[in-house]
Amino acid sequence: MSGAMSGGALPVAGVSLETQHRVEQFLYRQAEILDDRLWDEWLALFTADAHYWMPASPEQTEGDGQANIFWEDHYLMRTRIGRINHPMAWSQSPANRTGHVVSNVVVEAEDASSGDLVVRSKFYVAEYRMDEQRFFAGKYRHNLKNTPDGYRIELQRVDIVNVEGPFDYVLQYWI
Amino acid sequence: MGGDKMSDGNGFNVDALVEPDRVHRNCYADNEVFEREIRQIFHKAWIYVGHESQVPNTGDYATTVIGRQPVIMVRHQNRSIHVLYNRCPHRGAKLCANRAGNTGGNFTCSYHAWQFKLDGKVRHIPIQSGYDNTRFNLNDPNSHMKPVARMEVYRGFVFASLSPTGPSLVDWLGTAIAGIDDMCDRAPEGEVEVVPTCFRMIQKSNWKIFLENQLDAVHPSVTHGSTGLAAQKVEKEMLAETGNPPPLSYHYISAFAMEMDKWGALDVVGHPNGHCVLQGYMGLRPTDPDTLEYDAIMEKHYGPDRAKEILDVNIHHLLVYPCLSIQSPLQQLRAVRPISANETLTEIWHFRLKGAPEPIYRRALDYFYLVNSPSTMINADDLYNFRKCQEGLESEGGDWVSFHRNAGQDLVEDGVATSVIGFSEIPMRNQFEAWRNYMQAEGAL
Repeated sequence: MSGAMSGGALPVAGVSLETQHRVEQFLYRQAEILDDRLWDEWLALFTADAHYWMPASPEQTEGDGQANIFWEDHYLMRTRIGRINHPMAWSQSPANRTGHVVSNVVVEAEDASSGDLVVRSKFYVAEYRMDEQRFFAGKYRHNLKNTPDGYRIELQRVDIVNVEGPFDYVLQYWI
Repeated sequence: MGGDKMSDGNGFNVDALVEPDRVHRNCYADNEVFEREIRQIFHKAWIYVGHESQVPNTGDYATTVIGRQPVIMVRHQNRSIHVLYNRCPHRGAKLCANRAGNTGGNFTCSYHAWQFKLDGKVRHIPIQSGYDNTRFNLNDPNSHMKPVARMEVYRGFVFASLSPTGPSLVDWLGTAIAGIDDMCDRAPEGEVEVVPTCFRMIQKSNWKIFLENQLDAVHPSVTHGSTGLAAQKVEKEMLAETGNPPPLSYHYISAFAMEMDKWGALDVVGHPNGHCVLQGYMGLRPTDPDTLEYDAIMEKHYGPDRAKEILDVNIHHLLVYPCLSIQSPLQQLRAVRPISANETLTEIWHFRLKGAPEPIYRRALDYFYLVNSPSTMINADDLYNFRKCQEGLESEGGDWVSFHRNAGQDLVEDGVATSVIGFSEIPMRNQFEAWRNYMQAEGAL
């Protein structure tokens, strides 16, 4: 990708204010969609061959063929949504509720011809369920396709701070 | 303890807690019962520590707990494995705080730099002259890291017992050893190798609720119906949209929604010492090219007759009571670490079959993801039910837990009890028979 320049240890692309604004709005919208549990809109955020990936270790460089906390394509995401919406999804009664904050949005690379981006950001999530609140913090890394309909996620990597666990109850869907 | 219900002259009356077809709620909810379980069961029985492939090189170590005792499994220079209490004999500090790592040629305490060899023997103490004319003696066992009373390795699986006496590991496993053999035999080279990602999940429920659930053939359709039906729907969509049949991994979760009758057709077997086996369901003998390639490799290593014998073994799930849930045909293992009466840690691992092609490993990996990862849709509903069980059992809304289904109908031969129908509550009754023996035994078993 062109336009990348050094940002210390991690690359930073010099992008226009408009691009920075567009990508921030996209990430905020994704967070809202999760918090509002808008599952059709969630799926529409991803390209047809996308993966949502939460590795089991910060050192992991591949999702395919590795032990992951999440490694889901469209069909697995649909399965998860089908479960959540099913009246017999017992652990969704009561359902969990989340609040996401996304920040520290840095475009790491921009493809000059296509406008595709690699973007990293930080998140903080509070989750409430059955009288208990828990928190997840970490970083996102989005590979975004620039399409006529706006950005679409090709790959979303999610590294949570407490990746080694132990996990006090499961993650019922994406963070 | 809750009054005279469980008390006799000696303070504990197992008959008040366990009957052949029902048990008292205090087995799950009473803190003193739990403390006795730690002493009488987890500090005496053989407890799974880890797999030797977790520590391939000299100085590699892994830490865990046996009951309440923190231990270190370490690889010695002479290739032997030692299981030691994770405690410096000087002032008591733990020697390894990490879950795994490499300690080099010895352990060094971070507090005063006492050093120990990899078998736990003291190697060096700083300012040794200070001990002249004191009662301290380097030959005293109290100067060394303490080894567990007994340690045995069976086909790479490391178990320890904190009791100096008792049956050997193989005798204790008895007929249930077939589950460990099944996992290893499925490897063309006869050995499995751990994949170093351990998922750790906390269950807000008693450890026995987890073990009782594992072979309960009535719960899957009810607990996991939502996931099974969602997966069945997506399987159909995938076929319609892509023209390709869905990958085998979808079957792992869609099968949870199979008709109730099919669960009833399984066999549940109660082995001595509380070990249990669920037979059937996941024979996993499709005839796709990956399976055929694997079958051919198995035949090359074992010969056709032995290979067929191995691949025909029909074990879905093995419980090594009280510490392990093993799914041998998919190389999954969950180790049970009780924390308190109402909290349990599980350490979840999967394994590679040495010498098997990569697609066969992918089956284990897919199952590890779908059923055993922190994002599992399956255990999401199990853990929810376990927690509700625990909260209900802590209430005074009733004293008993019912295990009556098909009670008295088990077919018993040579100490091994087989269910008349997969729905039988034989695994719960079998586990509690062992529980009763452990809990009432005085001294070593």
